[in-house]
Amino acid sequence: MAKMNMIQALNSAMDSCMANDPDVLVMGEDVGFFGGVFRCTDGLYEKYGAHRALDMPIAEGGIMGVAIGMGVNGLRPVVEIQFSDYIYPAIDQIVSELARLRHRSGGEYFAPVVIRTPCGGGIRGGQTHSQSPEALFTHSCGLKTVMPSNPYDAKGLLTAAIESNDPVIFFEPKRIYNGPFDGDHEQAATPWSSHPKGDVPEEHYTIEIGKAAVINEGCDVTVITYGNMVHVAQAAINKSHINAELIDIRTLVPLDIDTIQASVAKTGRCVIVHEATLTSGFGAEILSQVQEQCFWELKAPIERVTGWDTPYPHAFEWEYFPSQKRINDAMLRTMESN
Amino acid sequence: MQQPNDATPASYRSKLFIPQASSRPDSTPDFSHLDIPHPTDSFKPDVLTPALEMQSLAYGLVRVLNDNHESCGPWQPQLTNEQLIQGLTKMMTVRAYDDRMFKMQRQGKLSFYVKSSGEEAVSIAQGMALQDSDMLFPSYRQQGLLFARNHDIEAMMCQCLSNAKDNIKGRQMPIFYSSKQHNFFSISGNLATQYSQAVGWAMASAYKGEDHIAAAWVGDGTTAAADVYHALVFGSTYKAPVILNVVNNQWAISTPQSFASAGTTFAARSIGFSLPGIRVDGNDFLAVYAVTQWAAERARQGAGATLIELYTYRKEGHSTSDNPDAYRGKNEGDHWPLGDPIERLKLHLIKQGLWSEQQHDELFNQITQQMTECWKRALSHGSLDNGPHWPVSSMFEDVFEQQPKHLAKQSQLISQS
Ligand SMILES: Cc1ncc(C[n+]2csc(CCOP(=O)(O)OP(=O)(O)O)c2C)c(N)n1
Ligand SMILES: [Mg+2]
Repeated sequence: MAKMNMIQALNSAMDSCMANDPDVLVMGEDVGFFGGVFRCTDGLYEKYGAHRALDMPIAEGGIMGVAIGMGVNGLRPVVEIQFSDYIYPAIDQIVSELARLRHRSGGEYFAPVVIRTPCGGGIRGGQTHSQSPEALFTHSCGLKTVMPSNPYDAKGLLTAAIESNDPVIFFEPKRIYNGPFDGDHEQAATPWSSHPKGDVPEEHYTIEIGKAAVINEGCDVTVITYGNMVHVAQAAINKSHINAELIDIRTLVPLDIDTIQASVAKTGRCVIVHEATLTSGFGAEILSQVQEQCFWELKAPIERVTGWDTPYPHAFEWEYFPSQKRINDAMLRTMESN
Repeated sequence: MQQPNDATPASYRSKLFIPQASSRPDSTPDFSHLDIPHPTDSFKPDVLTPALEMQSLAYGLVRVLNDNHESCGPWQPQLTNEQLIQGLTKMMTVRAYDDRMFKMQRQGKLSFYVKSSGEEAVSIAQGMALQDSDMLFPSYRQQGLLFARNHDIEAMMCQCLSNAKDNIKGRQMPIFYSSKQHNFFSISGNLATQYSQAVGWAMASAYKGEDHIAAAWVGDGTTAAADVYHALVFGSTYKAPVILNVVNNQWAISTPQSFASAGTTFAARSIGFSLPGIRVDGNDFLAVYAVTQWAAERARQGAGATLIELYTYRKEGHSTSDNPDAYRGKNEGDHWPLGDPIERLKLHLIKQGLWSEQQHDELFNQITQQMTECWKRALSHGSLDNGPHWPVSSMFEDVFEQQPKHLAKQSQLISQS
């Protein structure tokens, strides 16, 4: 075991996959010589060379197109899109091509591409460095969609993603790269080294894509979330007197509905939290599935706590970022109805 | 340059070509291979010359100032002494503004900043060569255009602070200005998108029978983006009255221009689109002015778009988020053969007897003082951390022209939470 932050854990996953398999390469804008603007590919250029830690021109559509071509020709490209806010030039290649290739070719062709991309706010990044566009990708059939909330999961899930023959889009909540941020920006930042999930094996391991994690067991209300909101929800629960069960879904597609269903069947109450905007956010999908599966067990309307339906405002970051208070209020509202 | 370890494990011996950088931290910068022609080597075609007859300009380098700081050759612009001194003053003002804002970011007052140091001639000379009614579609490194158009400095600082006087209501990070009043388009964080939009604006101007032209800017790295080719194909197809500028400052964050240039000039991209392409010494105020004026005249006379490559150098880091010493040779800028635009214009004016070192120092002090005063006034309208900002409810405005019910409800909820 070693102490790792999320950046180091992701780096370790790529490193071990590259060491094991010459078909794995990392590529994207500033990922080679510089090691990535968030340092996630640091050292891979020195270790594996300019051919395997490939700097690329600023053309996300081009990067994605060549990644698909490489994947079809036997490689396993791990693409970094510098910010998920800059993924849109690649959307046609991702949605129309990458996601559907296996299906449209009757299973003949596939491209085992991983798209890693930092998402989320809390870094004063304004509207073009803060977005959480995951729901756009869950809405296109054929893409596994992952968002880890801690270093241990990040390494295990990224390794599984690289080894998967299906394309995976892997969102990295950048606000928790260096520490588990609980939403209280006035507190001093805590590092991952003081968190149990900052203990990460140096060797290769995988975490199955499509399995949720129950972070806290509880019987009053189920809080379902993913990414950086796991830590905000955890803090809200810790400060409340509510015996809440906290689920980190970790994978959005395929969704581990069994774990969710078992929990809501027990608690009868459900709060869904994500940072992305409300309307057509992934919470809407979770809510529908909970309603479909658990209608007869529900004791209260399902609540959603999300970002507002506006672009991410630079000046009002902390009014936008879902707070512990909003989560607490939502839990209390579900507790009120019997 | 140190060769990275190419011994890939297991089976592959890669034959893939990888472009090189002008320098990396462990190598000495060397620009001696660059061919820097003398100003008199160039030629200046008539503005209506067919693109086919001026292709050599795409591979050349238009210059006006020679190594003795004299103005010479066919591209010398007609500028009054006042205009020259104004150009120098404005370039110095942008630089002082950038220095001040950078320091304020380092002190935690701004969340982010991007300097244009070393590239001031691009936006000042180009801004001055265009008419105020021409529409500008800049990237984040052409703040100088706002200075060329006499935008209020304090108001720009208020944008950087996202305070109560920020004209874009705290919605964007610092430097993503918007000023309709100055025909300066709202800057996007997403690279290259403005390029084809500028062509569309120009097509609308032509459609309406007007003489206004548009101008757009992208960096060397951004030329890789598809939107750039959309702009070229539409600009050429409709002979849109637009100037498409590529600011080749040699770097795109840590990535050298060789990852986008394909081993030739950016101006040469014009050739396949049958557009005039001109590469110009971007640190030569007079040459930048002249080339821009030429392209503007061509566009206004109905002969369509021009692609201009401004050959320059990004003297400092990409932004406040990176340290250039991590990816390029230390002091690479000192080896840059085209010098500094402010220094070059200053020496030219001194040579002309229009300026002196003493006047220069006085102006510098005066501008520095001006920045301090503007900053104080800007801060009096609020800071990023402590406000005052626009009211929080303003966040739910301008999503649509009229606020729909769901946003009105969210606005109400936020006031309760
Ligand atoms: C679509 C998109 N991809 C990536 C980025 C991140 N990014 C911001 S600036 C930049 C480098 C741009 O370099 P260049 O075009 O040379 O302009 P310069 O910064 O040198 O002025 C990158 C990659 C972005 N803003 N938008
Ligand atoms: Mg550049």
